[in-house]
Amino acid sequence: MELQTSTAWSRKDLLGIEELSVGEITTILDTSAAFKQVGVREIKKVPALRGKTLVNFFVEPSTRTRTSFELAAFRLSADVVNISTSTSSLTKGETLKDTAKNLEALHADIIVLRHSSAGAPKFLADRLQASVINAGDGAHEHPTQALLDAFTIREKKGRIEGLHVAIIGDILFSRVARSNIHALTKLGARVTLVGPSTLVPRTFEKLGVAVTHDIDSIIADVDVVNLLRIQHERQRKEYFPSLGEYTALFGLTKQRAENLKPDALIMHPGPINRGVEIDSDVADSGRSVILDQVTNGLAVRMAVLYLCAGVEK
Amino acid sequence: MKSTLITNGHIIDPANGINRVGDVYISGGKVAKIDLDARLRKHPHDLDVIDASGLIVCPGLIDIHVHLREPGQSAKETIASGARAAAAGGFTTVVCMPNTSPPVDNPSVVSWIKEKARDEACVNVLPTGAITKNIAGEELAPIGSMHKAGIVALTDDGHCVQNHELMRRALEYARMFGLVVMDHCQDYNLVGKGVMHEGAVSTLLGLPGWPSVGEEIIVARNAQLAELCGTPIHCQHLSAAGSVRILREARARGVKISGEICPHHIALTDESVRDFDTDFKMNPPLRSQSDIDALIGGVADGTITILASDHAPHCGFEKEVEFDQAPFGILGLETELGLFIDLLVHKKKAVDLARLVSLFTREPASLLGLERGTLSVGAVADVTLIDPDLEWTVDKSASHSRSRNTPFHGWELKGRAVRTIVAGETVWKL
Repeated sequence: MELQTSTAWSRKDLLGIEELSVGEITTILDTSAAFKQVGVREIKKVPALRGKTLVNFFVEPSTRTRTSFELAAFRLSADVVNISTSTSSLTKGETLKDTAKNLEALHADIIVLRHSSAGAPKFLADRLQASVINAGDGAHEHPTQALLDAFTIREKKGRIEGLHVAIIGDILFSRVARSNIHALTKLGARVTLVGPSTLVPRTFEKLGVAVTHDIDSIIADVDVVNLLRIQHERQRKEYFPSLGEYTALFGLTKQRAENLKPDALIMHPGPINRGVEIDSDVADSGRSVILDQVTNGLAVRMAVLYLCAGVEK
Repeated sequence: MKSTLITNGHIIDPANGINRVGDVYISGGKVAKIDLDARLRKHPHDLDVIDASGLIVCPGLIDIHVHLREPGQSAKETIASGARAAAAGGFTTVVCMPNTSPPVDNPSVVSWIKEKARDEACVNVLPTGAITKNIAGEELAPIGSMHKAGIVALTDDGHCVQNHELMRRALEYARMFGLVVMDHCQDYNLVGKGVMHEGAVSTLLGLPGWPSVGEEIIVARNAQLAELCGTPIHCQHLSAAGSVRILREARARGVKISGEICPHHIALTDESVRDFDTDFKMNPPLRSQSDIDALIGGVADGTITILASDHAPHCGFEKEVEFDQAPFGILGLETELGLFIDLLVHKKKAVDLARLVSLFTREPASLLGLERGTLSVGAVADVTLIDPDLEWTVDKSASHSRSRNTPFHGWELKGRAVRTIVAGETVWKL
């Protein structure tokens, strides 16, 4: 498959959206569009990464992101190995550096890393010849999620520039929110963060976005709502009193969904909590593009793997 | 023992109000005479003569906040290597923290450190004792026994006594022995798992924030307890603007509270953490420019009376991990004086050299009641020679420490010690 890209791609790693130029983001999105065509063919496989070895190194649990990267690698004809926390030597006290050096000694070409520590992918990228793809690091970045979100918006709306996007939920602890903020503001969207004042502190305004704690004040104005999964485990109990109160104040209920523009998109990175951040019927409604996001994620990850692995090391 | 003459240096001895060119005579390891009218005088031939022309000659510098890691963590540092680093930084006396393994929470560890220091250290090493058993913040350590064994202060450094009642009783109990309580000010609930300053950069990086209020609230607590008990309390490694304000207000009311700052907290901001380099991870964390301005202002107006390094060596493999997993702390002894002269005297002009010397000598000696930090006749001849205008480049590979965790490698600084003399003997020179 021959791909024409608008900007030369020169990064061996994808660590975050913050450091990417608009041209680089556009290159990934354009490449993704080409790869999306592969997914609807009878033979869903191209030989782009034949002979390359990809390691899915997941130090934090994940099903959908890992599966998506795995399928993306299969479709590019790469060989794939999965390593998760329970099977890795990290539980035996081996350092991240040593584990990664061992993977490199086995000639891994691409390492897809999910890790609970912000900065862990950069730590690896600085030390390894292999390409490092960030599949989510702590509360820092989740670049492929933001790229697939941007791809989905562009696909459905035909543009991103000038759109008003609301990101709703636990922003403080969310890597998805941070990567989305970078991607959307770079691409010219207007972003409003919505959620409890404890989880959406005003410091986020320094990233070039608006902050509100009143979802109803913006719901009729937005072109896209991106709902983040809200959790109420132990460390969140100091941030808001209950899921019930959260739903009452910030949930995308049927009533609120009625106030959305008719062509507004409803997005969610998953897994969704039906009846908490989003009403169950709303999640399944015509404006919901949640499953399109999943499909597009595959194309975006193929593009990212293809571009990064193609850079001369 | 041969006598020594340090001639024609600019003598700064704040304890005696001396700030002019003169000669220092050392005999039998003690200061024998200060001669301020000595130019062109003929000297007897049996003297070792050190020409100090163009140099500052001052009492040996004191750092009251260092981690020498022994017993138990000698891969990071030993008392011997830490003392060599101290000497190379111009320090003749260091006060070591009790968070060793085992911790200094009983008299036998105090004795072990003193013995080791006597046999192996080229500078004076003075131990502190823990406030609480196992530095756990739950019950008082045997403070009286440790005092008898020779500790010079109490601190749970690295940890902070969260129980205000226990802290109050520690202050009251320490008063019997004239021991100062030094506190690492950190509220555990507010700080949580924070690993860097809570602000715009932590928001961007998604790293858990360590808010300034987590320090300030304990400084305020300490001011109230020091006032209640009438006993001195010293706040270690202050990093936040609010801490300086609280300290200033309390001191103005006559409360016996003091504070120290470390060079990294005025040399670097939280912006340095952007690349997740763990050599920029310390506790408390690097903060904002407005905090730096407040800390320097505190030194300038006398609110901050102590300068210290918080010298905290860690092995390379310990630091070369994910940012939030890495231990807190950086090396300090060899870069401390250069950074403070460069920043406080040359660049910010917050203090003059005489005041800077006082912050390193008279002030810490006075705080802990040490018979050091002066060139009074009869005092132990601990002397540091400083070239305040010498331009040099920090090279971590040349460090005397066993560790290499400094963020200042490659920095060009103006001002450093060139010779360190302990009890009349030169233990290090450039």
